[in-house]
Amino acid sequence: MTTRTTAPATGAGPTGLEDRPGGFSLDVERRGVAGAARDYWTRLRSGEPGALPSIVGLVLLAAIFAAVSPRFLTLNNVGNLPGQGAYIAIIALGLVFVLLLGEIDLSAGTAGGLCAGLAAQALNVHGLRHGIPGAAAVYWIVVVAMVALAALGFWLRSITGPVLVLVGVLITLVGLDAHVVPAIVFAVALGAAIGILNGWLVAVIGIPSFVVTLALFLAWQGVLLFALNSQPIGVNAFPVWFGLAHGNMSPTWSWVFTLVVTGGYVLYTVARSLRARARHLAADALPLALLRGLGVVAVGVAVTAFASRNRNTNPFRVIDGLPWALTTPVVLMIVCTIALRRTTWGRHLFATGGSAEAARRAGIDVTHIRVTAFTVCSAFGALGGVFLASTTGGAQLDLGAGNILLFAVAAAVIGGTSLFGGRGRPRDALIGALVIVIIPNGIGLRPSLPPSYQTVITGAVLLVAAGVDALSRRRAALGRS
Amino acid sequence: MTEPILEVRALNKSFGPVHVLHDVDLAVHAGQVTALVGDNGAGKSTLVKCIAGITPIDSGEIRFAGRPVTIDGPRAASRLGIEFVYQDLALADNLDIAQNMFLGREYRRWGFVSDGEMERRAREILAGLAVRTVSSVRQVVASLSGGQRQTVAIARAVLWESKVVFLDEPTAALGVAQTRQVLDLVRRLADQGLGVVLISHNLNDVLSVADRVAVLFLGRLAAEVRTSDTTITQVVELMTSGRSGDLGLTPTTADEGI
Repeated sequence: MTTRTTAPATGAGPTGLEDRPGGFSLDVERRGVAGAARDYWTRLRSGEPGALPSIVGLVLLAAIFAAVSPRFLTLNNVGNLPGQGAYIAIIALGLVFVLLLGEIDLSAGTAGGLCAGLAAQALNVHGLRHGIPGAAAVYWIVVVAMVALAALGFWLRSITGPVLVLVGVLITLVGLDAHVVPAIVFAVALGAAIGILNGWLVAVIGIPSFVVTLALFLAWQGVLLFALNSQPIGVNAFPVWFGLAHGNMSPTWSWVFTLVVTGGYVLYTVARSLRARARHLAADALPLALLRGLGVVAVGVAVTAFASRNRNTNPFRVIDGLPWALTTPVVLMIVCTIALRRTTWGRHLFATGGSAEAARRAGIDVTHIRVTAFTVCSAFGALGGVFLASTTGGAQLDLGAGNILLFAVAAAVIGGTSLFGGRGRPRDALIGALVIVIIPNGIGLRPSLPPSYQTVITGAVLLVAAGVDALSRRRAALGRS
Repeated sequence: MTEPILEVRALNKSFGPVHVLHDVDLAVHAGQVTALVGDNGAGKSTLVKCIAGITPIDSGEIRFAGRPVTIDGPRAASRLGIEFVYQDLALADNLDIAQNMFLGREYRRWGFVSDGEMERRAREILAGLAVRTVSSVRQVVASLSGGQRQTVAIARAVLWESKVVFLDEPTAALGVAQTRQVLDLVRRLADQGLGVVLISHNLNDVLSVADRVAVLFLGRLAAEVRTSDTTITQVVELMTSGRSGDLGLTPTTADEGI
């Protein structure tokens, strides 16, 4: 989970200007291992703790729970963590896009619940076009709304989101949603449609995102009841869906996955370092790039090695391999990181979050950026809802409601994403989700500890994380002035 | 004298019954710093907005490189090569210098942003402007001082082969040393052949760096004088009363405004 996919592209230089010579000496200087350590220390002291507080918190919590229960650090228990927390990680990943803009999406959880609920209903009735029992009109309302929202998305100069929505419409119209995978695609497409609606209400109509998504947070819970006809639908009977939170890759494929991901990272950083040296650009020197890459490889290999051992306490069945609930969020995190750091869209999203006025003057279509960020967020919310249904065994009547969205926001914030926009990374979502999920897991292992501790501890962790962030920033502000 | 790169002739602008600009003429020459001064409400901002295409003009003509042009929006101005650096610098704090300079016009390779190319080009531009106050184009803008930010904003404006740059109060929020650095930069822009328009309240700055001073008084161009032929006292008189000795508006026109 601690895979680092981004070299510190921004803020590589120390902020202490006065002790630097003028000119651009720093630019062509190769940053070595010592330099990187120094820079990291400078950044810590200047109020950019990055992932450090959340990782320290994770280690602390793990140590506490290991002391509380000997079962905590067993392979079996640790192997369960991804399945218990993947939905938080995925919803939080989507939220990062919206938080980067300084907005919020409170509806991602219940919207995800609705999307997953409709997908479950589609499997239940062998294709939604056969009608939802007891609420036949809902299907056509959904289809018409999706087409209308796709049109709205095109009108707002978005392309990928609306196309995805139309794919979803097509899937349900031809009845493909009787099968699990197309049904999940349909759920994600419906999520994208909801996101277009959110984005339009916020960016074009101008309602604060807190209010828009609070209203929809409430509304989708009711729509879910219509979609389920007030009957919970189990999904354990569908191996693919059940496997999202409970299944594992085979050990062989786990190794292939780890080698591809970590090896790809090493190749990328090394190639980047070499190319920068050839073209006289600021970059990390080769030893630093190698060290960083090997660190990632070591973590990946260690995790995979542990995951490849049988972790079932029951001798009659073998459980091994990387959980899908781990590899899916990791892949999504890599995709998100590339989208945010390496595409103009991501660059413009950061700029809009840093200063919407600056972005507008630079000719960036701020409305388009907002709409697409909300689209991504709700689409991830839908996928998170699908994972949630897998974790809990089915589409309950309150799927995605309650604390889930708030836990996802907490995960992003604990990981280091700012609620004020402009600062955040996809990896924050994963680390934060791990912190969030480790708490109920650890408490659950000690039956004498009442579950009432869970939210108290989670709240305390969130407060500490936000407090560390605020204090380090204030210290940085004092240091600069 | 050669033909001005940007010329405004007899420009009029009213907001409802309020006649804000009366037959204003302004000439910007390549390779020169033209200062635009005037008291509050003299019409400086309106004039700049008219040239930027933000507010439409009522009558008059804008000529660019000798040809009459219509500027109907900020993008039309950029296409001609006219850039504006506004007082609030409009930089994204969370991005680094190179990223800010190329914001909205990123270099791309295979669909991905090419930070290396942008970094190299940003460094070239800053080096070409002899900027020595920035140690790395990889610094986040949030960590920069006011003068450094102004430098980045100006450098961004000249990145795209621009011909004319308008600078709105570039030294308003700066200390002495930083003001000096920014004024040096303004001078170098002109030396590189750009037409620079400096809008400022600080007459010391204006007289130390500008070649020509255009004084606006209550929506009229009171005078356009060479810096070497004028003094602070004279400019102050022009700004406050519209005339100074033989220079400026006729007494009747000047009084009419008051």
